[in-house]
Amino acid sequence: MSGIASCVLGIISAALVNNVVLSRFLGLCPFLGVSKKTSTAVGMGSAVIAVIAASSFVTFLVNRYILERLGLEYLRTIVFILIIAALVQAVEIVLKKKMPSLYKALGVYLPLITTNCAVLGVAIDSAQKGYDLVNTMIYSVGTAVGFLVAIVIMAGIRERIEHNDIPEAFKGMPIVLVTAGLMAIAFVGFSGTL
Amino acid sequence: MGILIAAAVIAIISVAVGVLLGVLNDRFRVETDPREEKVRACLAGSNCGGCGYAGCDAYASAIVLEGADPSLCPSSDREEIGKIMGVSLAPSVRLTAFVKCSGSCAKTTQDYSYFDEKDCRIAYLAPRHGAKSCSYGCCGFGTCALVCQFDAIRIIDGLAVVDREKCQACGKCVGVCPNGLIELIPYDASYAVRCSSHAKGKLVRSACQSGCIGCGLCSRVCPTGAISVAGSLASIDQTKCIACGECVKKCPAGIIVKLNDKAADLFQPS
Repeated sequence: MSGIASCVLGIISAALVNNVVLSRFLGLCPFLGVSKKTSTAVGMGSAVIAVIAASSFVTFLVNRYILERLGLEYLRTIVFILIIAALVQAVEIVLKKKMPSLYKALGVYLPLITTNCAVLGVAIDSAQKGYDLVNTMIYSVGTAVGFLVAIVIMAGIRERIEHNDIPEAFKGMPIVLVTAGLMAIAFVGFSGTL
Repeated sequence: MGILIAAAVIAIISVAVGVLLGVLNDRFRVETDPREEKVRACLAGSNCGGCGYAGCDAYASAIVLEGADPSLCPSSDREEIGKIMGVSLAPSVRLTAFVKCSGSCAKTTQDYSYFDEKDCRIAYLAPRHGAKSCSYGCCGFGTCALVCQFDAIRIIDGLAVVDREKCQACGKCVGVCPNGLIELIPYDASYAVRCSSHAKGKLVRSACQSGCIGCGLCSRVCPTGAISVAGSLASIDQTKCIACGECVKKCPAGIIVKLNDKAADLFQPS
């Protein structure tokens, strides 16, 4: 298979078939927390893409050239967390200056990207699978795109059901969780295709 | 040896990260309104959330940028905030939480043994709002003490007691007390009615040794008409009270208490 085709397939596989939120259940906190409005969902998704891409790149280098050289693989979790936290902080500093409105809209969820387990999950997953740099980037960007897709779809649905006549007991978070479950079932349709 | 290398790796990465963030923070510095910092310095800094904002920082920026009401923080230096914002604010009246019940375990009786969750909000659902004979009184499980960030409330002999010095009047305890026993009163208030029972005098007598029986002697003796009795319970209008102390002398139940009096203060830090 040619390079580009496998690249596209890798992204589709990571984004849709093994969707990080809906089939691996990582990163549920921002998925439920920031999916009230499509615009903030897009902002959150994009911020996650930026953080995941940058953190995968840096963690790959650190893992390959520092940790594995010195036989310190057991330090992965703490080192990766350190790097991710620093990158999130960096993104926050830049956003605050360049896009204050998005910074305000994301609010507390921006620092919470640090604890978005999708970010750490991707970094550790690709380190454990022994991917090379290209595959790591494809895998991580694909996963992040999958997060963006999931959160934007969720926000779209939530905007539509906002003013619907929802039974009292289901108002608020319960109907959102039901929606997430139905979305996960829909994404099961992709399983086995790749 | 291995542990030293591991520690060194972590240390080097941390320092690198720290330097990077420091440089970034400097390059992308956001100019904030200098007043914001000054207003922030006048606030209590305890992030209690009593003002309704996420914390003192959020409230300070809301005052400066969004024109929020600058008088929401009871323990702030309001005159100073007024100066910074160029508006005249009345100097802050320091408030303090006051528990309108004196039914400690020694003074009231228990109708039955309560074995459920030790939380007033749950005890409130039990018959007579808890085991104590008085259905208006303090349940004594300390839900108010639990939410207090300032360690200003203690349960002493089954009764919530406020440490007036520590209280910052954030109002959280007022919101959680299921019996609505806690009220914010001026710190300088001299007298208050330490009971909330609306029951008739005879019932109050049988339930608690120190309960307001609604006799009305205090309201008759009060020279300024600050005391009113409604539903067999006296209450003092603190704006009219002149601290003459006549009501305390007359009160047969001893339920009107002198505040700001060390000897009568129920709160003895243990």
